[in-house]
Parts: sequence; C-alpha cells; structure tokens
Amino acid sequence: MIKKKWDMFAESVSMSLSNIAGNKMRTFLTTLGIIIGVGAIIALMTVVQGATDTMNAQFDAMGLGTLRVSVAGTAIKHGLTDDDLQTILDCEHVAGISPSLNATVTAKRGNVWSDSISVNGNNDEYFRHNPDLLRRGRAIDVLDVENNARVCLVDGDAAKTLFFGEDPVGQTFYLDGFEYTVVGMIDEDENASLFSQILMGGKTDGTVYVPYSSAKKLLGTSTVTAVEVYVTDPDDTDAAVDELEAVLDGIFNDKDNTYTIINMESMTDAMNLMTSMMMSLLVGIASIALVVGGIGIMNMMLVTVTERTTEIGLRKALGAEPGQIQMQFLIEAIILSLLGGVIGVIVGLSVSFAICMNTDITFSLNTFAIGLGVGFSAAVGIIFGWAPARKASRLNPIDALRSM
Amino acid sequence: MSNDFFKMRGIVKQYQMGNEVQTILKGIDLDIEEGEFLSILGPSGSGKSTLMNIIGCLDTPTSGEYILHGRMIRDLDEKQLAHIRSKEIGFIFQQFQLLPRLDALKNVELPLIYAGVPPRERTRRAEEMLVRVGLKDRMHHYQNQLSGGQQQRVAIARALATNPTLLLADEPTGALDQATGEQVMALFRELNDEGRTIVMITHDLKIARHASRIVNILDGVLSEGVSAYD
Repeated sequence: MIKKKWDMFAESVSMSLSNIAGNKMRTFLTTLGIIIGVGAIIALMTVVQGATDTMNAQFDAMGLGTLRVSVAGTAIKHGLTDDDLQTILDCEHVAGISPSLNATVTAKRGNVWSDSISVNGNNDEYFRHNPDLLRRGRAIDVLDVENNARVCLVDGDAAKTLFFGEDPVGQTFYLDGFEYTVVGMIDEDENASLFSQILMGGKTDGTVYVPYSSAKKLLGTSTVTAVEVYVTDPDDTDAAVDELEAVLDGIFNDKDNTYTIINMESMTDAMNLMTSMMMSLLVGIASIALVVGGIGIMNMMLVTVTERTTEIGLRKALGAEPGQIQMQFLIEAIILSLLGGVIGVIVGLSVSFAICMNTDITFSLNTFAIGLGVGFSAAVGIIFGWAPARKASRLNPIDALRSM
Repeated sequence: MSNDFFKMRGIVKQYQMGNEVQTILKGIDLDIEEGEFLSILGPSGSGKSTLMNIIGCLDTPTSGEYILHGRMIRDLDEKQLAHIRSKEIGFIFQQFQLLPRLDALKNVELPLIYAGVPPRERTRRAEEMLVRVGLKDRMHHYQNQLSGGQQQRVAIARALATNPTLLLADEPTGALDQATGEQVMALFRELNDEGRTIVMITHDLKIARHASRIVNILDGVLSEGVSAYD
C-alpha cells in the first residue's frame, strides 16, 4: 500500500515536471509572482539584518559601559564644577569619568591660520578608555590635567591645515592666542568622527585634543556640560544610571530638564526594536507579492484543469480515484510554487549580496530567511493549489470525456 | 438462469432538465455471458452512450440492479467505482484518448499505475500487451508518430493491460477509415476467440455484425436482434 502510494507520488511528480517543462514561458510567468515575493522577503531580511549588525557593531565600538551625561544646567548653574565631577566620581558604580568640552576656536601658526578648529577638552581617563585614538606621541596624562598644561594632540586634518608637510609633534602653535605644544597625533576613528559630525554639525578644519582643565581656561568657563562616565561593570549600567540621576538631581536641586544621561545600551535596544519593527513591516508588504503570486499559481492551475479535462476523464476511466487526481494537481501546484521559491531565494540572496558589496553593510547568510521563503512558497502552493486540484478531482468523468 | 457475471434488471436513468425529468433509459434488462462478443446497436440519442457509462461504472443508474462479476454496483461509492473501473473494465474510445506527452509504452502503463502494479512488472506487462496488438517496434513512439489504426491498437493494449473482466468499446472504428476499422475488428474477434468478453457500442450495423450477438437500443428501450434496421 505504501509502495503503491509512493509509485503514485513518483508518477505525479514526473507528470507534473513534464507538464511544467512543456510550458516554459507560462511556467516562468506564473512563478514570477512567487519569485518576486520570496526574493523581496529574502533581500529585505538579509539587508536589514546586515544593517542592524553593522550599526550594533558601531555602537559597541563607541563603548559598552559608557554613559554620556550632557548638562543643560539652570539659570544660575550652567554646568558641572570640579566639585560636582568629584561627587560623580565618588559614586559606587563609577570607575572613572572624562569631562569634555567642545568648541570651535581659531588656530594660528606663523602665517597659517584657521578659524574653524574644534577643540576637545578631555582628561587622561578618556585616552585610557579609547586606546585606539593615539597614533603616535603621547596621550594627555594626569599631570597635564592637574597643571592646566598647554599641550595638545592633533588629528590628521588639523595637522594638514597647520603643519602641512611637517611633523607636528614637538611643534607649537596658537589656539585663540594661547601657545600650545603638540605632544601626539590622533588616529581618526571613522565612527567617532561620523558621530561627532552628526552631533556638532558640520565639518571643521581639524580637531585638537587638549587637557580639559586647560580647555576651561582657553574657553573662559569654569564648568563643563558634558561628561563621559565609565561604569565599573557593563552589567551595572542600570544601577549606575540610577546613582547618577540621584547625584545630578542633588546638584541641580531636583529641577526638571537640567541634564540627560545617554545610555548606549538602551540606545542599541531602542534601535534594535525599531529595526525589527521595520523588518516586520517590510516583510509584511513583501508578503502581499507572495499572495499575488499564489493567485497567479491558482489561475494557472485552473486553466490547466480546464485544458486537461479530457485527460482527467480518461484517468478516471482508467481507474484513478478522486484522491489520486487531486494529489496529482496539488503536487503540480506545489512544484510550481517551490520552483518559484527556490529561484526567489537565489534572486533575493544575489540582490542582497550586491547591495551589501556596494555599501558598508556586512552580508551574512540568513538561514531563517531562506527557510521562511521556501516554507512560504510551499504553503502558497498548498493553499492556492488546493481549490483547482479539488475541482479536477470532482470532475464528472462522463462530462470530462465528452469534451473530447 | 442465474448469472453473476453480468446482469442488468430494470435499469432506469433519468436526468433533470430544468423542470422536466427526462428518462433516457426506460428499464433495461441485459445479461451477458462470459466470453461473449456483444454489440449494442443504436442511433445517436437512443441512450446507448448513457448505457455504456453505466456498464463502465462511470455513472450510476437512477434505479434498477446491475451486477458485474458478482458485485452490486449500485451500493458503491466513488472510490470503489474507481477500483471497479481499474480492475474489471477496459475502456476503448472512439478518439483513442492517448496522452500526447507519453510514449506508447507509458500510455499502456497508465492503468497499471492506478491498479498498483509495481514499476518493473508494469513495464513487462505493457510490453507484452503492445506485442499482442502487433506494435512491437512502436513502443516508444508518441501519439503524433502513430497512424490512427496504430493509436487505436495502443488504446486496445492499454485496455487489456489490467486483464479486465470486460472490454468496453465505444465506437472503436468511428475515427478510422474502413480498411483500418476492419483490421481493428479482426483484432477484436481474435481477442474474443481467446475468451475475452467484449461489449461494443456502435451505430454502424456493418461493424456491429462482427459481434457474436447484437442487441438494439432505441429511445431507451433495449431489444434483442437488429429488427429496427431490417
């Protein structure tokens, strides 16, 4: 009995294949809907997944376990004083802090000058937590900070602007009239510079890193408005946030909107939520193409049943049971849509590979997407092939033979 | 006389045509002996096609009793009818009804698939049948490579493949020229001589005369002999 069923199945598959192969153009047009639907789903899922992975990697590079506190302050207290910073540093879950000051100043060296040089005031902690930043020379150390030393590190752009063709290390130049000595060079971190460009708005002629204490003098301020807080353990980030909120509320007398704490982790979470929502939306839209493709399959199967009415009648006369006829047409519909599904997977992967190659998005084979695509197309075949197959199986053999 | 091989009693077939009920078969009584070659002769509209469909278990009568090979056909469902068609009846059609995508051998194998014969045995039997009808060297020809007479021979081989109780032919020479028709009839007589029971439906008295017995159907009523044509 099982043997007989298997024979029937093999016979149905071979009949379906010869029928599909006999109508190549029609088969292609019929499966086109499925190809587009599955291809779109695969391409969207792969590209969105790749983009998410890439962005996550960038966020991770900016530091897990790092909190960014930015202070708006109140009318009488514009930012954080050194005492406030010490209070923050004394928190249980805080391992270190790096106050930062940012401004655009004028730089002058001999008769070369630029009025758009960004100054970043940082401390030794900052360089300790961003070890990749230093290209050569030395970083800002704790003595520089304590002594308000007029030393600085320059990035490639600043070096090109002020020291074109010369080695900047050991040279001096003027920032808003104060003389600074270059002690090191900064390696440009693409992600960080992208991020700062977004935050600062517009590109400058270069960036100069100075001790934050010295930057305060340079900019004529006694407070800082931005602090990076390094958490003792990334797992304690939430506890550190609570602690910081308590401290900052104390500093600013519980006034609203005086500060913001940016948690990279929560930003990543929010972004992941957003991209997964976007992905479901896109896949939902692409599924419409699959439904349209399914209707195409159904239409072709109905035409096939009508065309092969005589054949169905003959098969019934030769002893085919209604169930066997139904099975044969159902198999044909499934083969059609699976064919579309497999081509769709190949097309979708090719398209997303091409997109990934031409962008910074990393390409990774999304097996879930492939399974989904193939599974969807098989399901479409069953759902939309069922009605035509049933119609075929219910044809009255006499009527079917009479149409000869 | 009790006959469990083939017995019809009071077969009535009615069709609903709008508000009117049309009676196509008006109480047919028919007995066929095993090994008989019977012609059912009738003009178009006489009800002979309807009778053939009932004999072939493609259709069921409105009322009446039909026993084929000891089985009451009336009580069977669609699946069981399919089984009867598979095992008991070999159909031969006017238009041959070969599947154009299959070669002669595969066409003959078709009923064996539905009868559940394993692949190797299927091919062996199909080859045997094609040899029997004289198409030994035409086994892998397709429909469009065969003449009308050869196509009908393939169809006869297909009908014989499952070794059915009854060979049921519907105007088997209707689409053939006279000489080829005569050849097919000669083959029928040979098969009958070998003991095969044949029921042939035709409107052509000359063809009908090849049979050992002729019944005549007119307006849904069956009568022995060819009186209506004499």
